[in-house]
Amino acid sequence: MTLFRSRFLQAAAVVVLAFCALRFGIQPPVPWSVIKIYLFVVLAAVFIYVSSDSDSWRSFLAPIRSTLVDPDRRVLRGALMIVVPLLVGYYAYSQAAARPEAPPELRAVHPAPPASIQFRGKELSIQGLDNPLRKDAATLPKQVAAGGEIYIRNCVYCHGDNLDGHGRFAPALNPPPANFQDPGTIAMLQESYLFWRIAKGGPGLPKESGPWSSAMPAWEDRLDETRIWQVILYLYDATGQHPRRWEAK
Amino acid sequence: MTSAATRRRVGHAAATVLFLAVFTHALPAAAQELVREPAYRAFPLIGSRLAVWAVAQLHLNFAAFILGVPVFAVIIEIIGWWTGDPKYDWLSHEFVKLVFAAFSTTALLGALLLFLFVGFYPRFWAFMTNIFVTTYWIYALLFFAETFSVYLWYYGWNWLSGPRKWLHVSLGVVSNLFGIAILFIANSWLTFMMSPTGITESGALKGSVWGAIHNATWMPINVHRLIANLVFGGTIAGAYAAFRFLNAETDDERARYDWMGYIANFVALSAFIVLPFAGYWLGREIYAFNQTMGITMMGGFMSWLWIIQAILIGVLFFGNNYYLWLGMERIPGSERYRKYIPYMLSILALGFMVWATPHSLIVTLQEARAMGGTHHPLLGVFGVMSAKNTAVNLMILTTFLSYVLYRRANKLSIRSWVLTGMAVQWAAFVVAAAIVVFYGVYGYFVESIVRIGFSVYQVGAVLGAIVLVMTIDVPMFRGARSTGPIRWGQIPPRSQYVLILLAVTFTWLMGLMGFARSGIRQYWHVYGVMRDTSVDAVTPALGYASNMITLVTIVFFAFVMFIFWLGGLSERGEAGAHAPVVAPTGAGSRAPRR
Repeated sequence: MTLFRSRFLQAAAVVVLAFCALRFGIQPPVPWSVIKIYLFVVLAAVFIYVSSDSDSWRSFLAPIRSTLVDPDRRVLRGALMIVVPLLVGYYAYSQAAARPEAPPELRAVHPAPPASIQFRGKELSIQGLDNPLRKDAATLPKQVAAGGEIYIRNCVYCHGDNLDGHGRFAPALNPPPANFQDPGTIAMLQESYLFWRIAKGGPGLPKESGPWSSAMPAWEDRLDETRIWQVILYLYDATGQHPRRWEAK
Repeated sequence: MTSAATRRRVGHAAATVLFLAVFTHALPAAAQELVREPAYRAFPLIGSRLAVWAVAQLHLNFAAFILGVPVFAVIIEIIGWWTGDPKYDWLSHEFVKLVFAAFSTTALLGALLLFLFVGFYPRFWAFMTNIFVTTYWIYALLFFAETFSVYLWYYGWNWLSGPRKWLHVSLGVVSNLFGIAILFIANSWLTFMMSPTGITESGALKGSVWGAIHNATWMPINVHRLIANLVFGGTIAGAYAAFRFLNAETDDERARYDWMGYIANFVALSAFIVLPFAGYWLGREIYAFNQTMGITMMGGFMSWLWIIQAILIGVLFFGNNYYLWLGMERIPGSERYRKYIPYMLSILALGFMVWATPHSLIVTLQEARAMGGTHHPLLGVFGVMSAKNTAVNLMILTTFLSYVLYRRANKLSIRSWVLTGMAVQWAAFVVAAAIVVFYGVYGYFVESIVRIGFSVYQVGAVLGAIVLVMTIDVPMFRGARSTGPIRWGQIPPRSQYVLILLAVTFTWLMGLMGFARSGIRQYWHVYGVMRDTSVDAVTPALGYASNMITLVTIVFFAFVMFIFWLGGLSERGEAGAHAPVVAPTGAGSRAPRR
């Protein structure tokens, strides 16, 4: 029981448990980049807790000090002097070793749109633009239905029939197609933003944050203005999301 | 030869002569123009942008310090005047001493920045001058006024004491008013660069200069910087106190600087609690002014800065609470509140994790496949503002709870209504937390524009709880029975390193967020009006910017260390001058060396 009262072991147990919970307790697995951030927070919190009063801090340090200086811990000390450098060496090797996979990418999910675009020779101001088809509520169901047809004919192959980015082509694409069901995608954006992304596709992405590897085609060559607005209506209708409105001036 | 041909030939000759005349006259004129006024000049070795960036950041750091510290220095002086307690007067003087030492460095860096603009960005500077020339004179006059009033404030400390103390306090207030006016004018220049208004398409003023000053981001920046200056001033003053504490040779000295560090941190903490709200307002105004700029900042290539910002803010929350908990060790009677620490720490840690969860994850292809896309179904929930606003509001509430417990650590209320008072206080915490969580969760089920509005309710609930709890707390513990005096100076030295860490973290954070604010203009000097056509018209990568900011932070602290050293040097050989060097309550007991 004395062993369990050791501050050092308690702290180590919390860190190990946190690691196991983060690594194995959440499905699908949490990416390593996030696990590292979370473990940093856990380590900091544990350090703060054990050192937030002097008794606890002394108790935490006692086994470390004893391992470093006590003559009867010589064997343990020797073992640690072998094991710790080996672990550090393994970590260095694992970070430096070549892996047969693409490196992780630091992507910007929402590239910044331009203030205006040229659409088939016409200048469209993205800033402040609303979907013109929403003005006539009576025809809205018809427009949504038309948008659905356009989606199924053109978009479903990548974005999927559930609009969740799991289309037939999706496994071949990196980055994967956008998941419209996710509250972090179209629900956060104005409809004019979607218009820009659909009209200009991957080739129309801004210079910053490049190089982009979006496979999204520029649909302005195939869809006219009305049809793009129709498919946007469908995206929001089918996912149950609401487009972001412009702030009142 | 026909007359028509002759006329044509004469016409051609006349046109040629005219062209040559214009060309030969214009060419030297154009050449002279180019020589006289190039758009840019190159600063040796490091380039103009790096030079301006580094000097501007250093100038801003010092300016924030000399504008922030006098605000609370005068408040502390007023408390001392009001209560008649000399230790407050000593503390206020100590703070102003720091400002005084940093004053000339700020002015020097400001002048250097001006020379850099005039010398290396002449066309940009001419453009700004055409619009803001009126404000330059006002700025200079205000600077004179502030300098004289601060000098008089500092040097007149003993002269204007006793019955003339009101005059001295007034000087402090006036210095602050001048300082705030200076801040607002400088802010008008930089906010105009972000959200220009009041000018024609050619860049000329439409009406008065007020049209350009009163742009969309001016007031949000004014408020944000004013509060941030207080935090910054508090953390730097706290670092100074820590520096003096760690170098102290007597228990009295240790007690004095322990107390100074506590007050400085208290100021920083109080302002820090409301800072995120001001920042949120600024972000919202930027977004409303220009969607491109807003998305560049929050969702585009600047979005990863917010993760670094989240980590730094998390460190500030952790650090502040840790300092308070360590400080409880010097308060007899605080043991009864230690049991709350694990719970408060858990809320802070969970809030920190949510706050630092990226919206766009760094994932390998395998990880993306396993998640079914680039969005994780659970982490995606934490990556949006609903979750982050909830997390930060709960962290603020928890930090406030830490402070409340610290405040009453050695007090036992003697009021008959103490149980009711405490019940109402706890209820205020619970209700505020419930409102924050409710709107956080509800935010996922409403459209974006409505969700943004929810943050106002969350902030309102937290601020309401803070006001209510303090309104009850002050009378409840007035005249309270003490469980023992605070043993100032008897705090583990690691607490002082926390104060230094807070100062470094906040300085770094200011540089980072300053880069974000400025960088969202991208290749514009004045957004949408005057394009940056220099060789440096490239927004630096985040790693490069972080290295640059780190370097500037190191240089700044090298300067600050020198000023701290000067602060100590001026005391040598003048012991007793401005002296209420009174140890705070409980001082004099031997501080243990740990």
